[in-house]
Amino acid sequence: MLNKTGIPTKSQTLSRFPQENILIKPKAVIECFEDIPCNPCETACPFGAITIGPNINIQPQLDFDKCTGCTLCVSSCPGLAIFVVQIKGDQALFKIPYEFLPKPQKGEIWDGVNRKGEVICDALIEGVRETNKMDHTAIVTARVPKEFLHDFITVRERK
Amino acid sequence: MRTVELVIVGGGPAGLCAAKLALEAGLEVVIIDRADKLGGQLIKQTHKFFGSKAQYAKMRGIDIAKLLINEIENHQNLEIFTSTTVVGLYPDLVLTIYDQKKYQKIKAKRVIIATGASEKVLAFENSDLPGIYGAGAVQTLMNLYGVLPGKEVLMVGSGNIGLIVTYQLLQAGVKVKAILEAGSTIGGYKVHAAKIRRLGIPIITNTTVSKALGTSKIEAVEIVKLDENWNKISGSEEIIKTDALCLSVGLSPLHQLLSMVGAQVKYISELGGFVARVNDNFESTVKGVYVAGDAVGIEEASAAMMEGYLSGLHVADSLNKPHPEQENLLKYYQDELELLRKGPFGLKTKIGIEKLKVGESNA
Amino acid sequence: MRITKHPILVFPEKKKVEFIFEGKKVSGYEGDTIASALHALGIMTLSYSIKAKRPRGFYCAIGNCSACQMVVNGVPNVKTCITPLEPEMVVFRQEDKGVLI
Repeated sequence: MLNKTGIPTKSQTLSRFPQENILIKPKAVIECFEDIPCNPCETACPFGAITIGPNINIQPQLDFDKCTGCTLCVSSCPGLAIFVVQIKGDQALFKIPYEFLPKPQKGEIWDGVNRKGEVICDALIEGVRETNKMDHTAIVTARVPKEFLHDFITVRERK
Repeated sequence: MRTVELVIVGGGPAGLCAAKLALEAGLEVVIIDRADKLGGQLIKQTHKFFGSKAQYAKMRGIDIAKLLINEIENHQNLEIFTSTTVVGLYPDLVLTIYDQKKYQKIKAKRVIIATGASEKVLAFENSDLPGIYGAGAVQTLMNLYGVLPGKEVLMVGSGNIGLIVTYQLLQAGVKVKAILEAGSTIGGYKVHAAKIRRLGIPIITNTTVSKALGTSKIEAVEIVKLDENWNKISGSEEIIKTDALCLSVGLSPLHQLLSMVGAQVKYISELGGFVARVNDNFESTVKGVYVAGDAVGIEEASAAMMEGYLSGLHVADSLNKPHPEQENLLKYYQDELELLRKGPFGLKTKIGIEKLKVGESNA
Repeated sequence: MRITKHPILVFPEKKKVEFIFEGKKVSGYEGDTIASALHALGIMTLSYSIKAKRPRGFYCAIGNCSACQMVVNGVPNVKTCITPLEPEMVVFRQEDKGVLI
């Protein structure tokens, strides 16, 4: 249970994913499961795809038709609760927020990790983007086998 | 002895926001802070803040501090005393202040107490051993002074501060063994908890520290399981090695100046401890003494900023120098404060505020 | 144990500040408080409790708890966690309520 462990259940996670056919294009997945006063994702989205409204405690709703997977919301979320994902053949391409050192480098293989912190697969680092506007939240692009679509959440350096 | 229109005790988010609007209303303002820099606890907050644009959401606390200070520091009607402690507040609104060299007196027409809070301690055997820190202290050591608290920290408390400081320890390169939580659920935002779990840090509920072990400093702790009534489950004790124990067990308002000046104060556990009774204008039962921020009830920095703006507006109005945008801003910041408290995390605060209004005071 | 690289903060190289702790020459950096400099040197005990002489160290870091009070340049009860480090400061652990004269 999320309240006891900090780990969303599979059904909670799935409730934020669109249908797989929609993921032909990159789309944001917003894993915000609690009513907390917060709306930078809504303010950040230039396409009006995220709706919270005047009561900022309401959890954000994402319109997948409007979402272009631009990742502006990914680096805006103070809870690092948003990532962008796209299915490419038998692989899933993730864009995740990352705030640690050392940063991954393009071409490296890091561990792919699930929401429990367990290593589940290899993650090929395709790129790392950091701009001033992102304010020290880098976006790491990682490629993992498609079967880990609903499990992968972040990368960890191999020791 | 000089008289000043407004003295603000505490230059953290509440104090800085109060100063901004009071200065805009034309008041002469003095801010007194015992730290050597303004900004209060904001200057250690490296994480991005929640809330809305009004609370500078998505900005890192350290940058919000810079922004708030920048907005006012060169104002001609503002005088700033840092490294200066207010050692007394008297019913005639005279403040005695001390900066380790000189002892001075200032008389104020209005005072805003924005002294923030202090960290609570946990009572267990050997809880005074070196190597046991408040979570805020660990944050200060790491983020202000660049000094690591230890090699592998054990964190007690899964409220927002415990979760955030754990994340910051990991960013600083310190290992965190686990977060212990005495209750049966995680106290803080689940997005903070999710960030920690991804990194493989366990959050162990229904568990607390029963004793610390070590001679001149901490070497290990004994942890114990708790049942639903907070009773220790005998036989569940376990020893965990650690070189740094971090206690994040809540904050308590720094109300002492208010008690000294004779303001009515009541113990409200939902607000963190002793809190001064204030009216809707944030004025205490001592005329001319206002309270804002954690000093009037433990919440987030976002609420402290809103309360700072509001108390600044009310003070200016009480001196017949209302802010030119008085009505609009009062409504704006009042609405924002209510929004911050509208969700489930605001429930405890609202209950506390209601309790504060009724019944006998403690002092 | 000082941080050099950090994903959010910048810790530039700072000037060394020499001071004397319990008769020994030691150093910290500009920007340190006395307590943070001692902590970086691995000195965990800052004072002793008055009756039972229990070792006490850094706890709150913002001047509330008084576990960090030491004798600095002959003055007792100095809250070292909020007192900036200055060159040639003479620092001793305090074991009593503080003797002024």
